Amino acid sequence: MAAAKSSFLNLVITLTIVTLVASLSLGYVYEWTKEPIAEAQMAKQLKAIESVVSGYDNNPVLESYRLPTPDGRDSLEFFPAKKKGELIGVAVKTKSSKGYSGDIWLMVGFNVNGDIQNIFVIEHKETPGLGSKMTTPKFLQQFMGRNPATMKLTVKKDGGDVDAITGATITTRAFSGAVQTAHETFKKSTVNGAAN
Amino acid sequence: MEQPISLKENFFKGIIKENPVFVLLLGCCPTLGVTSSAVNGLGMGAATAFVLVMSNLAIALVKNVIPDKVRIPAFIVIIAAFVTVVQLLMAAYTPALNEQLGLFIPLIVVNCIVLGRAEAFASRNTAVASMIDGLGMGVGFTFALLLLGTIRELLGNLSFFGYKLVEADGILIFVLAPGAFITLGFIIATMKWLKERESKRTH
Repeated sequence: MAAAKSSFLNLVITLTIVTLVASLSLGYVYEWTKEPIAEAQMAKQLKAIESVVSGYDNNPVLESYRLPTPDGRDSLEFFPAKKKGELIGVAVKTKSSKGYSGDIWLMVGFNVNGDIQNIFVIEHKETPGLGSKMTTPKFLQQFMGRNPATMKLTVKKDGGDVDAITGATITTRAFSGAVQTAHETFKKSTVNGAAN
Repeated sequence: MEQPISLKENFFKGIIKENPVFVLLLGCCPTLGVTSSAVNGLGMGAATAFVLVMSNLAIALVKNVIPDKVRIPAFIVIIAAFVTVVQLLMAAYTPALNEQLGLFIPLIVVNCIVLGRAEAFASRNTAVASMIDGLGMGVGFTFALLLLGTIRELLGNLSFFGYKLVEADGILIFVLAPGAFITLGFIIATMKWLKERESKRTH
């Protein structure tokens, strides 16, 4: 094969052209996929919200806002669910970094009294077959309709009310912690009357 | 050293004789990492196959204008561009799969199969032959990942492509990392055994 000459100028020019062509085509693909990616993300959020609060007629994603957590280190995204303009519940996107591997992202639905309506696991990288069981109804059921004000959101082993997943106590702890953070942030928002 | 081979042979060598995973043992990182289910294996294989075909084609086309000294950086830029294209497309049209595969998609850039084929094949063969080579290798890789994923999902989760066959827990270790090594080991051993049996028969 007769490769081009390896003069310095030649090297610079070739690499410049290669990178230029690559970045131009990437820019084109990026523009082309921007809309569908945004739509996919919107659909994903809406799906998560839909499964934790119900009966609303607004678009919670468009009315979302962020509130700082009580410890002030982070802020959570709130998705208000409204029916005819009246607030009927809030979906709170919360996360924990204390899982077995990677962040756990949850969507927790509260009604106006602060009762947990449902919890949806948006994203997790927990061990398949162990920690991943937190997505099953069997585990999630224990939170439904409960109010964290009366339910102690720690694992039973730690003196709380949460039944841990067998073999995945760390995951359960992280999960409960994330729900607890969501509840505290939610409570603070209603106390301050800032629930939009 | 290598005699010219027909297109058909060129394609099929990647599937059995030079299967990237089972024979060349290249690209073990995604092989072991993502094959916890059949769908993941298939998705990862398809993404890699696309990158293989496209980068092999592009590299075969530009091989004569790239000076030897910057060959590798140029190849990597080309490969990385195609990988990013795949990632954007997957994020747009198969968001669920994209999330499952996560980090392993950008890691296709450093998959030894892709750069290996670029170096060993595409940089000294015609565009058509390189595309066929990429396709063969890609199909071989997909086949390997699909096989691994299917076995691991069947044993570990008692399900096939996400459909639960038996309502019970499987042998958990097969969906965890050690299960990947065990399954891969058994598959390679089986292939070796088949090959040896065949060569004994012909002698």
